[in-house]
Amino acid sequence: MPTRPEKAYYFGTCLIDLCYPQAGMAGIELLRREGIQVIYPRQQSCCGQPAYNSGFPEEARKVARQQLKAFPMDYPIIIPSGSCGGMLKHHYPKLFADQPEAAEAQRFAGRVFELTEFLVKVLNVRFEDRGQPIKVTWHSSCSALREMRVIEHSKSLLRQLQNVELIELQRERECCGFGGSFSVKQADLSSAMVADKVADIEQTGASLLLSGDCGCLMNIGGALKHRNSPIPAKHVAEFLLERTQ
Amino acid sequence: MTETTVDFPRNFQKALGDGQLRRNLRAAMDTLGLRRRTLFSDPEAFEQLRARGDAIRRRALSKLPELLERLERKCTENGIRVHWAETPAEANQICLDIIRRHDATRVIKGKSMVSEEMHLNHFLEERGIEALETDLGEYIIQLDHETPSHIIVPAIHKNRDQIARLFHEKIPNTPYTEVVEELNAIARKVLREKFFAGEVGVSGVNFAVAETGTLCLVENEGNGRMCTTAPPVHIAVMGLEKVVERLEDVPPLLRLLTGSATGQLITTYFNMITSPRKPDEKDGPREVHLVLLDNGRTKIWADPELRQTLKCIRCGTCLNHCPVYTRLGGHAYGYVYPGPIGSILTPQMEGLESAGTMATASTFCGACEEVCPVKIPITDILRRLRVESYNKADTPNAVKGHGYKVNAAESLTWKGWALSNATPWVNALNAKLLGLLGPQLPKLPGPDIVKKWTQSRALPPFAAKSLHALVKEKGIADE
Repeated sequence: MPTRPEKAYYFGTCLIDLCYPQAGMAGIELLRREGIQVIYPRQQSCCGQPAYNSGFPEEARKVARQQLKAFPMDYPIIIPSGSCGGMLKHHYPKLFADQPEAAEAQRFAGRVFELTEFLVKVLNVRFEDRGQPIKVTWHSSCSALREMRVIEHSKSLLRQLQNVELIELQRERECCGFGGSFSVKQADLSSAMVADKVADIEQTGASLLLSGDCGCLMNIGGALKHRNSPIPAKHVAEFLLERTQ
Repeated sequence: MTETTVDFPRNFQKALGDGQLRRNLRAAMDTLGLRRRTLFSDPEAFEQLRARGDAIRRRALSKLPELLERLERKCTENGIRVHWAETPAEANQICLDIIRRHDATRVIKGKSMVSEEMHLNHFLEERGIEALETDLGEYIIQLDHETPSHIIVPAIHKNRDQIARLFHEKIPNTPYTEVVEELNAIARKVLREKFFAGEVGVSGVNFAVAETGTLCLVENEGNGRMCTTAPPVHIAVMGLEKVVERLEDVPPLLRLLTGSATGQLITTYFNMITSPRKPDEKDGPREVHLVLLDNGRTKIWADPELRQTLKCIRCGTCLNHCPVYTRLGGHAYGYVYPGPIGSILTPQMEGLESAGTMATASTFCGACEEVCPVKIPITDILRRLRVESYNKADTPNAVKGHGYKVNAAESLTWKGWALSNATPWVNALNAKLLGLLGPQLPKLPGPDIVKKWTQSRALPPFAAKSLHALVKEKGIADE
């Protein structure tokens, strides 16, 4: 594990940029509060995963090259998403395997951390809960669970909050049905999957859904809203910041 | 193959609308998943075991041509006659010739997915030969004129009540009963008579050992042993990737297979067939034939990435853990092999044009890879198939039907997307436009994707100010 760095890059992800900027800012604040000087390169955009998973590797590489360029220094790269993190850490080396940037992509991948992973493993944060008692439930994104393997870090942060009761889903390990373009290319399947996820969330009795991935939040949160459920969906960074301010 | 075009959207809609099917599947998959977890309860031990399984399968595939030759040689020495078939049609003809040579009309069958690939039953029935399935699940679906919906538990889509009704309706003089033991007894009675009358037995092969020329058959009901010992002739059909090098390769694979498939430490029966009846022996078939089917496997084998598809030992656990399979069942996929393994294998065998949709029916959640006992990189292969779908280039290892999806609109969309995301000022402009126009998206003409998204979800909450704009306001460093 690297020692606590002075500076760290923040990769905001395109979805947070467009739809959940407050979640992105919360992540930055959590890092700054721990004394990290956060750098947000303005040249950054998307990790390239949408094209990569849809059968367009050339286009994915074009966008990925832009990220390699935008994060040139040797600082850790922190990402408030397991999915985009997985792309940078596990798929960039494959995407550039037979390209001139192969070695660069390897080094880049080695600097990638998911936000909660960084907070726990590198910064060893200690939170004091300042909020009212609340019951929350947690959705594990598949990439955070199986690629980045950071779910225990995310949950350990929630467990630090003494007034927060975490009620786990019955099928926490099951995909919510987002899958990027899957959600529209296989809309019926995706809808069936998210409907089951929503039912699981509702049976917990929790008043809030948390996750570390905005793709899942857009999907599940959108489905909750679509059926006028009173349960909001929130990124874990935003929640952690609110509770501890 | 008898399948021509599969109407995936219609199939998927039909399956998703069938509440009974979804309940049956969910319950069954939960049970199978739990059994597997109980057996492989130590993750570290499982990782070690599957690393061995992976290594064994890799080694076998790395010398596949040599091992197949050795297998043929050893089998022949042992008295097993070996036949090679490039296509299902050739394999069917080989079986038919053997059956006709013995003037047989009654064939009894053990469970075999390769025989499903061949559509052997249908082929034989058209030629006046009865081919009776003797595995209980296979027997059930054969009674109902269905195909397997799962590669290990073929009748998993049916529940007890449905089977009770089926037996009552289809088996003469059968009173209605929902008692499992009674249902078993009914099937056993019917099948017992068929075993005695069977003139040729057909089985699959789980592993074929090149070193000894041994055909291994894994089963729970004893029907496999009956099919391979009671009739005077036994025909084993096998996909040519099922060969392993040494006898000692079998135990780890067997443990992985039974544990992954049904959560069993070992099955009730494990048959090792190394020769026909010898002169001094009192039982066993007088003839044993091995039919080795290619059906596109050699082409798959030629590509180092796609080759990993052939590591599969057909345990079916990827189906049991797949959130898509769990909601569709096997029939919706329209082909012999459903679920994650089917979605990588079928498009390679049948071509992307007809089966490429299967590669889009995945969220890349990775649940299949997590449990795969031989570490097949299923999501990487699915991704490769998506790439091939848009790739017109005629490279030697290109998948059949590659480039079938190429269309100007989609190519242009991705080119525009790439340009925007590689050009910061365009990206910033897009963010601003989406913030302004996002809520109006459903009212705009064109994008079907908005309609598809909002069929079950609210619109994404496009922000008035992007994160790029916020960090600038807050003075976060840009270096």
